[in-house]
Amino acid sequence: MPEDKLEREEKLQGMGVSRKRKEDARFIRGQGSYVDDIKLPGMLFGAIVRSPYAHARIRSIDKTKALQVPGVVAVLTADDLKPVKLHWMPTLGGDVQAVLADKKVCFQLQEVAFVIASDRYAAADGADAVEVDYEELPAIVDPKKSMDQDAPIIREDIADKDNVGHGPRTHPNHIFTWDAGDRAGTDAVFASAAVTVREEILNPRVHPCPLETCGCVASFDKVRGQLTVYLTSQAPHLVRTVVAMLSGIPESKIRIIGGDIGGGFGNKVPVYPGYVAAIVASIVTGVPIKWIESRIDNISTTGFARDYHGVGELAADEDGRIKALRFTALADHGAFNSHVSATKLPAGLFSICTGSYAVPKAYCRVDAVYTNKAPGGVAYRCSLRVTEAVYLIERMIDVLAQKLNIDKAEIRRRNFVKAEQFPYTTSLGWTLDSGNYHAALEKVLAAVDYDGLRKEQAEKRARGELMGIGISTFTEIVGAGPNKVCDILGIALFDSCDIRVNPTGSAIARLGTMSQGQGHATTYAQIIATELGLPSEEIQIEEGDTDKAPYGAGTWGSRSTPVAGAAAARAARKIKEKARKIAAHLLEVGEGDLEWDIDRFRVKGNPTEAKTMKDIAMAAHTSSIPDGMEKGLDATEYYDPPNMTFPFGAYVCVVDIDRYSGETKVRRFYALDDCGTRINPMIIEGQIHGGLTEAFAVAMGQAMPFDENGNHLGNSLMDYFLPTAVETPKWETDFTVTPCPHHPIGAKGVAESPHVGGIPCFTNAIVDAFAHLGVTHMDMPHTSFRVWKQCKALGIHQR
Amino acid sequence: MAKKHAVTFKLNGKEVDVVVPPRELLIHTLRERLQHTGPHIGCETSHCGACTVDLDGMSVKSCTVLTVQCNGAEVLTIEGFAAGGELSVLQEAFTEEHGLQCGYCTPGMITRAHRLLKENPDPSEEEIRYWMAGNLCRCTGYQNIVKAVQYAAKKLSAQAPA
Repeated sequence: MPEDKLEREEKLQGMGVSRKRKEDARFIRGQGSYVDDIKLPGMLFGAIVRSPYAHARIRSIDKTKALQVPGVVAVLTADDLKPVKLHWMPTLGGDVQAVLADKKVCFQLQEVAFVIASDRYAAADGADAVEVDYEELPAIVDPKKSMDQDAPIIREDIADKDNVGHGPRTHPNHIFTWDAGDRAGTDAVFASAAVTVREEILNPRVHPCPLETCGCVASFDKVRGQLTVYLTSQAPHLVRTVVAMLSGIPESKIRIIGGDIGGGFGNKVPVYPGYVAAIVASIVTGVPIKWIESRIDNISTTGFARDYHGVGELAADEDGRIKALRFTALADHGAFNSHVSATKLPAGLFSICTGSYAVPKAYCRVDAVYTNKAPGGVAYRCSLRVTEAVYLIERMIDVLAQKLNIDKAEIRRRNFVKAEQFPYTTSLGWTLDSGNYHAALEKVLAAVDYDGLRKEQAEKRARGELMGIGISTFTEIVGAGPNKVCDILGIALFDSCDIRVNPTGSAIARLGTMSQGQGHATTYAQIIATELGLPSEEIQIEEGDTDKAPYGAGTWGSRSTPVAGAAAARAARKIKEKARKIAAHLLEVGEGDLEWDIDRFRVKGNPTEAKTMKDIAMAAHTSSIPDGMEKGLDATEYYDPPNMTFPFGAYVCVVDIDRYSGETKVRRFYALDDCGTRINPMIIEGQIHGGLTEAFAVAMGQAMPFDENGNHLGNSLMDYFLPTAVETPKWETDFTVTPCPHHPIGAKGVAESPHVGGIPCFTNAIVDAFAHLGVTHMDMPHTSFRVWKQCKALGIHQR
Repeated sequence: MAKKHAVTFKLNGKEVDVVVPPRELLIHTLRERLQHTGPHIGCETSHCGACTVDLDGMSVKSCTVLTVQCNGAEVLTIEGFAAGGELSVLQEAFTEEHGLQCGYCTPGMITRAHRLLKENPDPSEEEIRYWMAGNLCRCTGYQNIVKAVQYAAKKLSAQAPA
């Protein structure tokens, strides 16, 4: 490229550049604006009284002592919320959930009362002083016992309903049964298959645990009838709609402000009782109310993930070519179905479970049940139920390889969808947009010297040492989504971008998404910079304030780049089309005589005759535009993606296990990701490091245990595993680029791939270490104690 | 109601006076009485390190220090790092090496890294990981945080008088 072009390109800091983040300036100075930093005049604090029991009837609630605590202003219970019909709220799963417990509690630490006081200490004292008389009921903890004939009924409020939004129910504790695929055809293949394998595989109940818990400051202005809520939400517009539906306040008078969010990972998608209680409290008292969740409340009550009790089955020929797949899961949804899911997809995107493989026949089914555990069901750094699906297929293909004594890389080669088969429609109905799975796997195997590792493993096995090599060649499904199939509470999952170019050539863009650390202010500006030829430094990005940004479904399910990023590119293209007309007018040539050149339109064959986008921006605000053309250089795009995007990757993990202690050392983790066109390589790499670390956390230590009465046995950071810098492995990253054919800039999502693809890679490595001893599966989390128990079961734990 | 106590300490070099109940935690005094919202609250049990401040030359988690314990102390928070508006080397390092994402752990991380480099100006990677283990990050996977500390160590040692 000629020097002046390089210079102009460099000046834009557009797509493909590892541009430094614009967000950092405030964060490194401690000047972020997180919800707990918000302080409004006259603000009071709310604290929640929670149930000590997992299942109990509330006989009475006595507020007397609490109201005598210095600083306590009021105590709200379900009875206080009833007159305004706010004691129950709709969930994102089509069910209802108690804001404050109505006559009974259905999970431990359920919200029972809301104490309002002058400061957080007084509020906590007040909450301690509320006296609740409970009659304890038997609890259901094991989802396998939920639908027993004599099982206690958890949800008396809906006991007589034969449907809670997703088809017929067969038991009062049954929520839905959802399936996909050709059941009879699949059964027939299994009946005559040369080889079949079956494994029970658990994705235990875990929690995303962002470093900032959930919270809000609700401020109702009685005079203006306006409600402003600063709230930790990954989807502020959806929250606004839910609040409008609930409160009856016109949506135009509700303003939700996301501010800075201290990590989300799915935890901050739903609407939680604490938010609603704070909003009601502000409406009642007329002053701002702050409610901030404690860490224990966060882990215990908002946003658990997974709890999928799966059964994987594959049928194959003797060469390991998969002929059919049958995956089922029993899903423990807790006491209310607040699973985040598209209305038509109650089990989310579980049917992506055919993975990267050509599977001729497939059937999958999910049965969801109530138990006496907290509701939530968020997608922890993944799209809806995708980790569960990918974990099953990536585990099962290893199980099949072991059964047939085929190498675990080779069995993947034999089953991959081939590069020339894309777009490829799976037997469960998804059309994989693009991929090059063989190339990705071979690149990784060469990088880690896979053959050398297998040789080393054989030598170690001969010496009685445990070394495991895990492979994961996953396909993700992200970017919800095509509006025909994806909606939440009836609202289609489009996203939006509104760009305004100023006369002097700077611009502001507002989007319907909400960054929680992903660096949107940096990357969206890069997309627009390249599209419009304006420097990203001069493009301001705003999101998360519903009074300013256009409507969108928010940031979750890796949908920001696939949906809002596409909206940004398309809005910019609308502006560029208008700019072309203005340039032609200014240069007195036909539009067809112009060509785009980085930051300007120039006349073909006469490159000195040109108008830069900055020239055009000024002209658009003067009278030098064609007659009849509207002034300004603005555009808005609401984008309905034609398909999901399907990022993929090939990962290899190498572990060494001490058979006497069960301690696992991750020696190497090599991650190749293909997310199509890469907008900012630095940010992509950062996202992959983070996603792999969360995968490591889930695979190696995270789980939320309960006793038989439904008591939490680990809900503080004392017990719940968040890896530190010491135990976190070092990550090696790599990439290939297979652009998405239907996305305007060819990009796919990326942030969730390392989590989704990483978890099975760790388990596959650990099981592989024991494969020669006949072990086919070990459930997560792979703590030293649990791995040691495996060694003990095999009798190899003693010197 | 418990008697309140007058407490005087130095916050980022400036003397401050507060009157607090005996049970008030330093993090709440800093954030709610003194408008220093840089240090954050992540767990309230001393595990996450988001509230890390420097107290008399030691890294402490200000969610488990009583304000009354700080009488006469010198407290350094993230707000004290960009002296005269110019970024400190550590602040520069975190942005150069992409050592932050959501930013919630960042003030604590930088404050902790400051103490690490004061006590060990030339740490190995292993030492950095060990010394930073009291500060949790959910976004970055630590790799770039380690690089940021290395960047700062290198730059600071180049600046130091021989």
